[in-house]
Parts: sequence; structure tokens; C-alpha cells
Amino acid sequence: MTYDARFRVWRGDDSGGGLEDFTVEVNEGEVVLDIIHRLQATQTPDLAVRWNCKAGKCGSCSAEINGRPRLLCMTRMSTFTEAETITVTPMRAFPVVRDLVTDVSANYAKALEMPAFSPPDLAPGEYRMEQVDVARSQEFRKCIECFLCQDVCHVTRDHEDNKEAFAGPRFFIRAAELDMHPLDTRTDRTQFAQAEQGIGMCNITKCCTDVCPEHITITDNAIIPMKERVVDRRYDPLVWLGSKISRRKGA
Amino acid sequence: MSTDEQTPDLERRSFDVIVIGAGGAGLRAAIEAAEHGLKTAIVCKSLFGKAHTVMAEGGIAAAMGNSNPKDNWEVHFRDTLRGGKFLNNPRMAELHAKEAPQRVWELETYGALFDRTSDGRISQRNFGGHEYARLAHVGDRTGLELIRTLQQKIVSLQQEDIASSGDAEARLTVLAECTVTDLLVTDGRLAGAVAYWRDSGEFLLLAAPAVVLATGGIGKSFTVTSNSWEYTGDGHALALRAGAKLLNMEFVQFHPTGMVWPPSVKGILVTESVRGDGGVLRNSEGKRFMFEYVPDVFRGQYATTEEEADGWYADPENHKRPPELLPRDEVARAINSEVKAGRGSPHGGVFLDVSTRLPAEEIRRRLPSMYHQFKELADVDITAEPMEVGPTCHYVMGGVEVDPDTGASATPGLFAAGEVAGGMHGSNRLGGNSLSDLLVFGRRAGTGAAEYVASLASARPEPAPADVDAAVDLALAPCRRGAQGAGENPYAVHTELQETMNALVGIIRREGEVTEALEALAAIEERVAKVSSGASRRFDPGWNLALDLRNMLVVSRCVALAALERTESRGGHTREDHPVMDAQWRKVNLVCSLPDGPTSTRVELTRQPVPDIRADLLALFETDELAKYMTDEELTKS
Repeated sequence: MTYDARFRVWRGDDSGGGLEDFTVEVNEGEVVLDIIHRLQATQTPDLAVRWNCKAGKCGSCSAEINGRPRLLCMTRMSTFTEAETITVTPMRAFPVVRDLVTDVSANYAKALEMPAFSPPDLAPGEYRMEQVDVARSQEFRKCIECFLCQDVCHVTRDHEDNKEAFAGPRFFIRAAELDMHPLDTRTDRTQFAQAEQGIGMCNITKCCTDVCPEHITITDNAIIPMKERVVDRRYDPLVWLGSKISRRKGA
Repeated sequence: MSTDEQTPDLERRSFDVIVIGAGGAGLRAAIEAAEHGLKTAIVCKSLFGKAHTVMAEGGIAAAMGNSNPKDNWEVHFRDTLRGGKFLNNPRMAELHAKEAPQRVWELETYGALFDRTSDGRISQRNFGGHEYARLAHVGDRTGLELIRTLQQKIVSLQQEDIASSGDAEARLTVLAECTVTDLLVTDGRLAGAVAYWRDSGEFLLLAAPAVVLATGGIGKSFTVTSNSWEYTGDGHALALRAGAKLLNMEFVQFHPTGMVWPPSVKGILVTESVRGDGGVLRNSEGKRFMFEYVPDVFRGQYATTEEEADGWYADPENHKRPPELLPRDEVARAINSEVKAGRGSPHGGVFLDVSTRLPAEEIRRRLPSMYHQFKELADVDITAEPMEVGPTCHYVMGGVEVDPDTGASATPGLFAAGEVAGGMHGSNRLGGNSLSDLLVFGRRAGTGAAEYVASLASARPEPAPADVDAAVDLALAPCRRGAQGAGENPYAVHTELQETMNALVGIIRREGEVTEALEALAAIEERVAKVSSGASRRFDPGWNLALDLRNMLVVSRCVALAALERTESRGGHTREDHPVMDAQWRKVNLVCSLPDGPTSTRVELTRQPVPDIRADLLALFETDELAKYMTDEELTKS
């Protein structure tokens, strides 16, 4: 089962770089991250890669394999033929730090702009919620913040100038999660998604859903419902009137 | 000569408290320190939100009594001491059992969404060693929920600060991908830390009178482990070098169920929830072998027949517990014995089967991560076939000796919480007691640090420039030795260290092998002194590993020395040549220190009495049960 695979790995930093060719041993059952680690241990000790859990739970080892955004630890070598050259490059939508490591700090800046959970006026221990109600938000809380959705989204992937106005799929599901949280007291999550996060720029190509390693139905379960509710609120005269005569809580 | 002249580009920052580690304990400590008004730094070795806590699967143990109203802190306390074979620090176990429910409910006020009971409260699941269904959970990704919730709470505190002062970092600064290499101690008191940025390789001086260690464990010193790359014993080693002491380092938990195949995923955790929700262990003959392995101390609490055990899931009042739910040390040893007796699975484990126990849909709902993990990494459909599992190094019970109430170590200004702290779990930790430990003692260490800083007023110890220079100089040593080929390869030295610990100080230990390990560690120490890594330092994993090796080495030595000394078998320490639990040893804690100071690697091992169990806590047990653990003398005294 052991064979020598051909790998092309991007090496470089913010000043430039390029693909380097390697021939490296592959054993049964291995994933791409195993091969990157073997390169470190045997050929290139300073090859930069982020990783933590190696079990698809932490979302650290995001990169692009043959051009597709993926987790290195969840991409099995058996999905490629032995003759195939496997190309590993850093996430394209983020600035390179070194080799396969990118600067993902913009995501943390977006997170800081997202209004936090606004708790109800209940003592700790008195929260009561139905499983069916929490399940909707729980789907979005499966997010491991690998930022592959942020990487693949074409609104920003090739349009640097959209990055400021567009929060991206990871933060649309965060908005949806809070909007659907049974006890969150803010009522302006959809308006925030429209006015501050740029959800309107999403044109539902579902690339984010496609690359999500947690299989979160980002587009159908978060973005589309949020867009529909934005539309409801903006064009329904009764909702509009309601929003004018009753002060929203906790805002 | 001042520090500035020697290291002109050293970045300097000052805080009231530095929390090292951004897992559950670190984040909870930081929240508490910030809420006390302290200017707090959170130093994370990885990106914010990636700490090892995300890998916790099963749940948080807290006697909320949602699933069984008979549950309360006394029952939880009893279970914890039984799990730890009565070597636990009793005050820590008491605080933990009493405060865990408040800490879980508090997470809901931060926005956490746990799975619910039919009446809308937090659902609780069964786990090994817990008398009642006690673990609050979110499917099998509870650790992710915990870390994300705490991360988002920290963001919300930063938003409050933006609103009130315009400065997000008024109280909380997150230093991501930043590694502390040494603590700075001035006149015996904590004064700060030296760290480096991973991306640039540049150094920082962090001045602060208080440090909370929350660095987790030591699993990366073993080959087969469920632990992530960060688990290199940094906090354990930093504490030793800062003059604090480590307790009970011989107790290392091998989780009974890690993946065994394919080789690249060997060691990855398979949650205990699989057994808590009905999964059973079978050997190659198809036999549920755990019935053969119920030890005397637990006889009476566990079922002896399959009918009895299977009845328990639906009617726990009238049935005894399945032996698959014994504490982890017992199950791990049993699996090891079955494999050794030639009754293992094709890849050297045993079979863990939930497919014949629950409907496929229910398995996917309760254990979604496990379903995907096996499907994607091993081509195994756990709803249709059994998993192959075997023991994996998972957790260290040993750690920094701390004051139970405040987390204070022997060095003034140095605190510890979570896995890096010792005492709470005795000789073996129960599943689910880790996440609750992080929250209970993370909060307490945050308060402890805040009170300590307040007591200092303006009389804060200052970092000594010579200490800063020495720490930077030491961290640069691998770079001075030249690029790969000039010295030892850090990856090769790491592999040898792991193989040594795994083979010679692993789940089953023998005097000769542990002695051999200590000799091998001495040889590895010479190699560590020669590791080289090239000069760039910019996101250079080779250099990072070269520095981590120093910590793994000293921690491994502590584990081996204590394992050699304790001539009995208890919890996470099994001596084949001393297979019996000895009541005399129950009274002894083994304590490690560096008597010759931080630059020496000579570890001194001393014996110290285990703290007495207070009479009111002792009264929670029947005398018959205590007699299984304690000497006659102790029993008559109490």
C-alpha cells in the first residue's frame, strides 16, 4: 500500500513564493496532513502549516488542495490516484504569512463587530427551551471556524474591495444562530445582517455550503431565511408600522 | 548593560494578570479576572478558539439533577473520589461538585445551547463512574460549545469596553499564536513572562505580577495520544522552573477508546458517550468481556449479567450499571488484557459496537461527530458495524500543586487551573469531570489572581533584565546551531521521546522498563541540547518544536520518576510488578521539584501526605466502602 506520491506545495511569504515539487512516501489510510508532516520531519523542517487536533474538530489546517478549499486532516490520500500530482496551496482569500499559513485575523475583527448574545431577564438555571427550538441554532454552532466558507465565497475571493462591507458566510450563520436563539432578546439580527454585514451581496451560489467540513447547510438554513426575513420586514407595511410603534427590547 | 541594548526589538507589554492557555480554564479565568477590573492578557499558543478543549466530546459533569432528582453534590463528590481511588484532594473535589451546576447554568447566560430534556431543561447523559445521568452535553461536541461560548463571552466583554472607553483591550487582550518560553521570577515572586510570536519569531516581554497557568496536559510526550500538538507540558515545566511543585505525575489517563485504524488516526478519541448511550465492548470471540473485569471495590455497583446491564438503560432504579461504564482506568486495563490474551480485533484493539444497540437514525443524532469521524477517516459506518478501539494517552491527573480555593501555587503570583493543576482527580479522572474542572477552578484562579494583585498595591515585582536576556538567549540557541543537518533534527528527537514514553512508561509499567526509560531520557536530553532549526524563526515549526522539547523532557522525567517510586497499582498508574492497590500508598502524594533552580534539569521527588478528608465529607461514605481503600488505623481514627 506504500507508494511515493508527487506533491507540489506552495512555499513563500508576503513578499512572494511559488510551488515546490516533492516526492514523498504515502502509507495506507493517511490524510494530506500526514504527508505535510512527513515533509516537515524528513525534508523541510521549517514548512509552515497550522494544525491542532487532526480530527476535523478544531478547524486549523485549512488550505486548498488541487484548488479546492479543504481541511488537510480530513482529506484522505485514497481520494487521489497514485499517479496524481497533489497541489497544496494556502487559502487564497487571505494574506499569506508563510507557506500554507495565512493571516485570518480579519475574521476575528468581523466577530468583534457582531452584537453578542443578549440574555433574557432570567436567573441562571431558569432557562427553559425546547429541543426542537434550539436545534436550529445548534446546527450553526457546529461551526469550527475553519474559514473555508470565507475563503471560497466569490463575493470576496476575487474582490478585495468587498471585504469591508461583506461579513461572509461564517458570520451570516452567527447572525442566524442568534436570530433563531429562543431566548436572545435582540430583535434586530436580520436588519444587522442587511445593513452592517452585507448579506444582500450574497447571490446564493452555495459554494460555502459545498465546502463546509461540518456539513452545515449555510445557504438554505441560514442565509436564505435571513434574506427572506429582511425582505418581510422591509416591504411588509404592518411589520414596518409595528417596528415604529413598539420599542425593541435590549437593543 | 540594559535589556534594551541587548535585544533592541523586544516588544514590551504590561498587564495585571497573564493567563497562559486559551482553553476552558484559561478563558474562564480571564473572564473572571477582567470582571474584577484587571487588565488581562490571554496568551494562546494557537489561534483563539482552537485550544484542546474543542476536542472534548461527551459533556460537562454537574449534579443539576435534571435527569434524576436524586442527584446532588454529595453523590457527585462520592463518585469523583471513587473514580480517583480516594487520592483526590478532598477540598477540590468538594468545591468542584458543589459549584459545577452554577458554572454550567452561567454558560447559558453567555449564550450556550445545550441539548434539552422534554421539559426544556438541560439534558444530562450517562458516563463512566457517574451514578446518575449527569453530563450536560451538545451531541458529541460539547467542548466546541464550551470554547465557543467562552470565546464569544470574551468578545462581548470587549464590546462593552469599546462602548464605555473606545478601547476593546481595556481589560482583555488576546495574544494569539504566541508561546511563553519562560516565566520571570524576581525575589521569589512572579514578575512576568518571556514569549515569542509564532508568525514573526520575535520576542515579547510580558510584565505582570500574576500568571494563571492553564496550558493543559502532556500527551504529546506519547506516541499514541488523543492530544493536539499544543500538549507539550508547557505549564507543568514553566511551573517547575518558577519554583512551584508538581503533584502525582505518575497518574496518566489512557482513555480506553481511541481509534486504532488506519495508522494515521491511531489515538484519536472515540467518546465515552458511545458507551453511555448503550454501546458495548466485545472481543474477537464476540464476548462482552467487561463483566470479567469488575474490581472488588466496585463489586455490588455493577451488573454481572447482560440482562441486568441492559435493563439499566431504561430502568436504572432497579438494575445495576453495565460494566462498560466502569471508570476509564478499569476499562483501559481490561482492553489491554484482552488484546494481550490474543482476543483483540484485527488491528490490535477490541470492538465497540453501538450499531446493534440503537437505531441508525438515533446514532446519527446522538453521536454525529463519531459517525462522521469513522465514515470519513476509516470508511466505517458505525450505524452498521462495530468500531475498533484501543487505549490512547488522554489526560494527566498530575499537575501543579495548588491551593484548592484560589489556585495559588507555591510561588507567589503563580496560579494554575484545569489539566495543568493537580490534585482534583486523584489517581484517575472521571469522564465529564474535566470540563467542569476547567470552569470551577478557572473561575477560582481568576479570583485568586485578582485578590493577589490587589494585595500588592503598587509594590509589584519587576522583571530582571538579566533574566529576560537569559530567556531570549536560551530560546535562540537552536538557531545558533545552524540549519537542519548541523545539529539534531527536532522531529527525530521528538519521535524518540514519544516512543520511549509510550513503550516504557505507558499503560502498564514495570520497574526495569521505567528505569530504562530514565536512562533513555538522559540520552535524549543530550540530543535536545543539540537540536538545530535554522535562523529565520518566522512561523517555523521546527524551531517551535525544538523549544517545546525542553518542556516535554522535564515533564517526562517527572512521570517516570514518580512511576518508579509508587510501588502499587492505582487509577492511571499500573505496575505489573506491584498489581495491588495498597492502603499505605493512599496516604502518599509524590511531589516533583527542581531543587537546583530553573537552569538545572535535576528533578527531586519527595513524599508528602495526602490531605485528610474532613469528617463531614468522610461521613458521606459507608464504613464498609472506606475499608476497601483505607488502613485500619485510619478507619479507627475516623
